[in-house]
Amino acid sequence: MSDLKQVIATSSPHIKTEDDTRAIMLDVIIALLPAFAISIFTFGARAASIVAVSVITAVLCEWLYRRLMKKPQTVGDLSAVVTGMLLAYNVPVTIPLWVPMIGSAFAIIVVKQLYGGIGKNFMNPALAARAFLFSWPVLMTTWVMPRTALPLFATPVDVVSAATPLATLKGGALPDGVSLLQCLLGQTGGCLGETSALCLLAGGLYLVYRRVISVRIPLAYLGTVAVLCLLFPMGNDPFLWTGYQLLSGGLMLGAIFMATDYATSPVTAKGQILFGVGCGLITVFIRYFGSYAEGVSYSILIMNATVWLIDKYLRPRKFGYQKPKKEKKPAKAAEGGAA
Amino acid sequence: MAYSFSGGIHPEYHKQLTAGKPIETLKAPAKVVLPMSMHIGAPCQPLVAVGDKVDLGQKIADSPAAVSAPVHATISGTVTSIAPMPHPTGAKVLSIVIENDFEDRLSPAIHPVDWEGMTTDEICAVIREAGIVGHGGAAFPTHIKIKSAIGKVDTMIINAAECEPYITSDHRLLLERPEEMMGGVAILLKACGLKTCTLAVEKNKDNAFAGIRKLMEGRNDITLLPMNVKYPQGAEKQLIFTVTGREVPSGGLPADAGCIVFNADTVGAVYRAFHQGMPMIRRIVTVSGSAIGNPKNLEARIGTPLADLVEACGGFKEEPKKMLMGGPMMGNPQYTLDAPVIKGTNAFLGFSGSEDKTVEHPTCIRCGKCVSVCPMHLTPVYLNMYATAGRLDEAAELGMLDCIECGCCSYECPGRLYLVQTFRAAKQRIQEERRKKQAEEKARKEAETAKKAKEEGNAK
Repeated sequence: MSDLKQVIATSSPHIKTEDDTRAIMLDVIIALLPAFAISIFTFGARAASIVAVSVITAVLCEWLYRRLMKKPQTVGDLSAVVTGMLLAYNVPVTIPLWVPMIGSAFAIIVVKQLYGGIGKNFMNPALAARAFLFSWPVLMTTWVMPRTALPLFATPVDVVSAATPLATLKGGALPDGVSLLQCLLGQTGGCLGETSALCLLAGGLYLVYRRVISVRIPLAYLGTVAVLCLLFPMGNDPFLWTGYQLLSGGLMLGAIFMATDYATSPVTAKGQILFGVGCGLITVFIRYFGSYAEGVSYSILIMNATVWLIDKYLRPRKFGYQKPKKEKKPAKAAEGGAA
Repeated sequence: MAYSFSGGIHPEYHKQLTAGKPIETLKAPAKVVLPMSMHIGAPCQPLVAVGDKVDLGQKIADSPAAVSAPVHATISGTVTSIAPMPHPTGAKVLSIVIENDFEDRLSPAIHPVDWEGMTTDEICAVIREAGIVGHGGAAFPTHIKIKSAIGKVDTMIINAAECEPYITSDHRLLLERPEEMMGGVAILLKACGLKTCTLAVEKNKDNAFAGIRKLMEGRNDITLLPMNVKYPQGAEKQLIFTVTGREVPSGGLPADAGCIVFNADTVGAVYRAFHQGMPMIRRIVTVSGSAIGNPKNLEARIGTPLADLVEACGGFKEEPKKMLMGGPMMGNPQYTLDAPVIKGTNAFLGFSGSEDKTVEHPTCIRCGKCVSVCPMHLTPVYLNMYATAGRLDEAAELGMLDCIECGCCSYECPGRLYLVQTFRAAKQRIQEERRKKQAEEKARKEAETAKKAKEEGNAK
C-alpha cells in the first residue's frame, strides 16, 4: 500500500468546473471572431492591422505593468486580449495606428491596472479608453464606405468622411440608400467591429450557449431601446425606425460585449435587468437629444458608475426570508396530523 | 410543483463508476475502531473495559445526555484498547478497539420488536437503543429528530436524492433492497403520527423505480417523486422546497416548515432495528474516485478501517493526492487510512489528479456566477469581499450564517477563489462573537441585579 505522503487535505469542495477565467476569455475572443472576419471583408486588411496593434499593445502593457509592480503575472488570463480587441472594434478603420496604441495603453494601465487589475476596475476599460480617444474627435469620426482601398499600416490621407446610418438617424430621417440587410451584414460605414449586427448576434448567442453571459443585460438593453423607438419614431415608420436604430452604430457591440463586462456590471439578476434598462434609456436619450450621434459608450460608462449601488439595493431575496403569510394551511394540517 | 429549486450546479457525476456494481458485503475486519462520537451531540462513555469479551450487537458505550446515540459492537471479540484514535474528522477521538474472534456471536439482547402497538415514545426508545443517527452525513440522532418534530410537522420526506457526485450507496439500496426502506417508512409514519410521506429521488436512479412502485402497490402511505438531477438537490432546505414549495425560515429547522426529512438508508436502519432487532452496525459505502483500482459499493461494518475498504477495491491504482470521506462537494479530507467507517460514512473517495484545480493566485473577476448558482440566493462575491476585509457585521447582514457550505460557488468560480473555506471561517468568527456578546450581556445584567439587590438590602 502507498505511504500516502502525497495526500493533501484542503477545504471542500474538492472538484471544480473546467471553465476558468482563461477559458471564459477565450470564449469571448471566439465570440468576437465573426465580427472580425466581416470587418476584414468590409474594410480590408487594415482592420486586421488595427486589431493586431491594439491587442499587442494591451498585452504588452499588462505584462509590463504586472512585472514592474512585482505583482502576479495575469497576461495568461487573456483578458487583455479581449480589451485590445474591443478597443479596436470601437475605432474607425481610418485611424492612424498610434491612436489604438495609446487607447490600449490607457485602457490597461489607467482604467484596469491602477484599480488593481482584472475584476477591480469600475469602468469598462475599452469604453473608457474610447472616451479618452475622443480627445482626437476628427480621427475618431472619419468614416469610410465599405471596400474603400486603404493602406495596411500608413495613415490614410485625403479620406472623405462618409455618413454613417447613425448620422442620418441623428437628423431624424431614415438612412437613404442603406438597407436594413446591409446594416445586418455590416456593409455600412462605422467603427470597424460594430457594423455587422448579425455577426455580433452570432457571437452573443455563442456566449449565452456557453453560459459566459446571461441574456438579461442585452435583452433589457435592446428591449428598452426598441420600446422607446417604437413609441417615438420621430415621424418615421415606427418599425423601420426601430430596426435601423437597433442595427446601427455600436448598439449590438455595446449591448452584447461591453455592457456584459463582468467587472463593470451588476452580479444579481434584478440588478442586471435594471442595468440594461438604464443603458437603453441613456442611449436613446443621447441619440435623440445629445450632441453626439452615438450614445452607447457613454450610457454604459454612466451605468458602470452605478453598479455598486445597484448591487447593494437589488440583492436576491435570500432563501428562507419569505414573508410569512400564505403558509397557514400546513400549520393547521400539522395539528390534525399530531392528533 | 417544479421538480427542483433555483440555483445549483450540474457537476460531472462519475456515478457510472459504481452505479452498476451490486452491493458487496465486505468480510468483517480483523479489528474494528469504534469512536465514542459518531453523531451530533454528547460523546458516549465506554461501558466495557479492556480485555472484555463482547458480542455482535452488544451496546458498548452510551451517554446519559439528552442528545446522543449509543455505540454497539459491530463484531464479536475482545476489547484490546480504549484510547484516542484517528477519526474521520481529522481529530483523535476516544475509541474502543475490538479484535475479531470471527465467530459473529450474536448478543442475546438482539431480538425483533413488534412496533404495531407501540406509542411514539416507545418507538423512539427502540430507535435510540439501536444507536440510529441520520445517514445523510450530519449524523443527528434520529429519535431526537422525531421527538422534536411531533405536533409541528405535516409532511414526511424520504431523502434519496443522492445529489453528490460519485456516491451510489443509496441508489444501490433502493435498487436492491427497497423492502427495507419501504418497511421502515410505516414505522416512522406511525412514530410521527402522519399518514403519508414522499420518497424524493433524483431521476438518475430511475432503474430503481420499478421495484419501488411494485412495493407501493396496495399502499397509500408513500408517493414517489422523481426530481430533476441537480446539486444540491439533497440538501434539506432545497429538498423541502422541491417537494412542498415551502422555505425553511432562516436559522430554522425543517420542522419550522412543517417537514421532517429522513435519509433513505436511515429508514432502512429503522426497519432493521425492529424486524431484526439489529442496531446500527453496518453501512453501505461507495468506494470510488480516480485513484481507486476497482470502485465498488461495499457493505462494511462500522469501525472498519479505511485501509480494508481500499484493499477490497483492488488498492490504489495510482498514488492518491486526496482522500475524502463523503462526496467531493462536501466531504471531509482524510490523511490516514487508519480512520474507521463511522455511522455517517456514505462514501470513501481517492483522487489521483488535479480534481480540485487550485491556482497560485485566486482572483475574482466579478463574473457573478457564484450568485446565480447559490441555492440559498446569497451573494457570495460580496460575502467574500466583506469576510476577507474582516467586516463581519456586514457579512452577517448579507446572510453569511445562511450559507449551507454546499460548495456550488467554489465549484463554479472561474477565478478559483476559496469561497467556502472563507465562509466557514467567517461563520465561526461571527458565531464566536455573538456568543461573546451574549455572555457579556448576561454578565452585565447579573452585575446589575446584584447591585440592585445590594442597594435594596442597604435601604432596608
